Amino acid sequence: MKLVATLMLCLAAFAVGATATAGNAATALPGRLSQPSMASGGPSRPFVASGALGLLPGDSVYQLDIPLTNQDAHASKLADLRGTPVLIAMFYTSCKYVCPLIVDSMLRIDKGLTADERSHLRVVLVSFDPAHDTPQALKTVADERHLDLPRWTLDRTDAESVRKLAAVLGVQYRAIENGDFNHSTVISLLDKDGRIAARSSRTGEADPDLLAATQRELGRN
Amino acid sequence: MLRAAAAALCLAAFTLPAAAADYLPIPGGSFASVLPPDGKAAPAIVAPFRLRSLPVTNAEFLDFVRANRQWDRGRIASLFGDSQYLAHWSGPSDLGAAGRNQPVTRVSWFAAEAFCESEHARLPTWYEFEYVAAADESHADARGDPAWRERILDWYARPSTTALPDVGSTAKNYYGARDLHGLIWEWVGDYASLMISGDNRNQGDPDLLKFCGAGALSTQDRENYAILMRIALLSSLKAADTTANLGFRCAKDATGDGK
Repeated sequence: MKLVATLMLCLAAFAVGATATAGNAATALPGRLSQPSMASGGPSRPFVASGALGLLPGDSVYQLDIPLTNQDAHASKLADLRGTPVLIAMFYTSCKYVCPLIVDSMLRIDKGLTADERSHLRVVLVSFDPAHDTPQALKTVADERHLDLPRWTLDRTDAESVRKLAAVLGVQYRAIENGDFNHSTVISLLDKDGRIAARSSRTGEADPDLLAATQRELGRN
Repeated sequence: MLRAAAAALCLAAFTLPAAAADYLPIPGGSFASVLPPDGKAAPAIVAPFRLRSLPVTNAEFLDFVRANRQWDRGRIASLFGDSQYLAHWSGPSDLGAAGRNQPVTRVSWFAAEAFCESEHARLPTWYEFEYVAAADESHADARGDPAWRERILDWYARPSTTALPDVGSTAKNYYGARDLHGLIWEWVGDYASLMISGDNRNQGDPDLLKFCGAGALSTQDRENYAILMRIALLSSLKAADTTANLGFRCAKDATGDGK
């Protein structure tokens, strides 16, 4: 019994340590956003050259080299989105509950913009479920929801890339029985260089903060 | 003629990569995970796979970094590694005082993934890690043995101020793998999904999903602190995070080329 109590303490102490780690990581983030910090005195090359658009920031989501295939079976790279603000979220087509709400939220952001603003925003949904979400399945959802293609795209990628994209967007997901996924809801706004400018977990409504951030990024464009 | 052939063979053997990693075949099976797949009591199923017998060392990671300079600490994109990434090495491609055979630590999930991909492998899943880590030297599942649990917990009680031992310093377990306990924490491929409930009743409710973390743990094995602490640590991390005691090893599927 005494041993059990000691072990409980041990676990509690550990949990505190883990929280501290997470806290440090969080406070480090703003600094990283403005200026990628390099640990070493080695050659400082936080940026990667990327054609006419200039240097790609070190914290850009487009540092990920991920292949996408959209609802029309058109192949591209994630980084091809660079150049304009993007609303991006993850979903899967057979999802009955949360995913339609994610699409609703993104549609409402879209509706909150002027026609001119809207024309400069890309909206991208990437599937968790490469095993089932074929271009055809994606196309069916796009048609059912009357999505404004090709400004909106529904994309699939390979299983490894799903994990990497979820990691950079901070989306947690887990395959569960019957082909479903449990997943957190995260809609991310990327600036024109792929940096995360805002995030929202609200579904079924236009998150006013996310809408304001989207308008701000479009104004900078 | 024969001699020339033998010499050629011999030469070929010497020019092979020095540190061809040792992958152990792990037979599949089902076991009671502390994170049951259905959120209740269903056994976790592990398909046969292969696992590195040892964690990846500083020397092995140095070879990888020299061949893939985008992963050296001076060039890594901040998206993929925090400011402490490989900070204990003396330079972007110099170990300095870091021991060649010590496990590499201060590596992000992205860097660990990239290393494993470079040897046509992947990070193990949580279930694969937990399955192999359940073994002691002579039993596939020693989790019910109080003496074994205590031995593992002794490691957690030790202060981490002393230098990390070399890999391979703990005894071979039932499968022939070492250092699953008693050396470092290790990344797993699906570290980010550990606290997501496996119960599909939570699926429709985003609020429930957010708060179901504690409910994801099985009540059957709450005394398995060694494993619960790993889950607590991994769940607190983001993919670009690094820590002084967090390393990794790679796994491959049982057939084919690994991935």
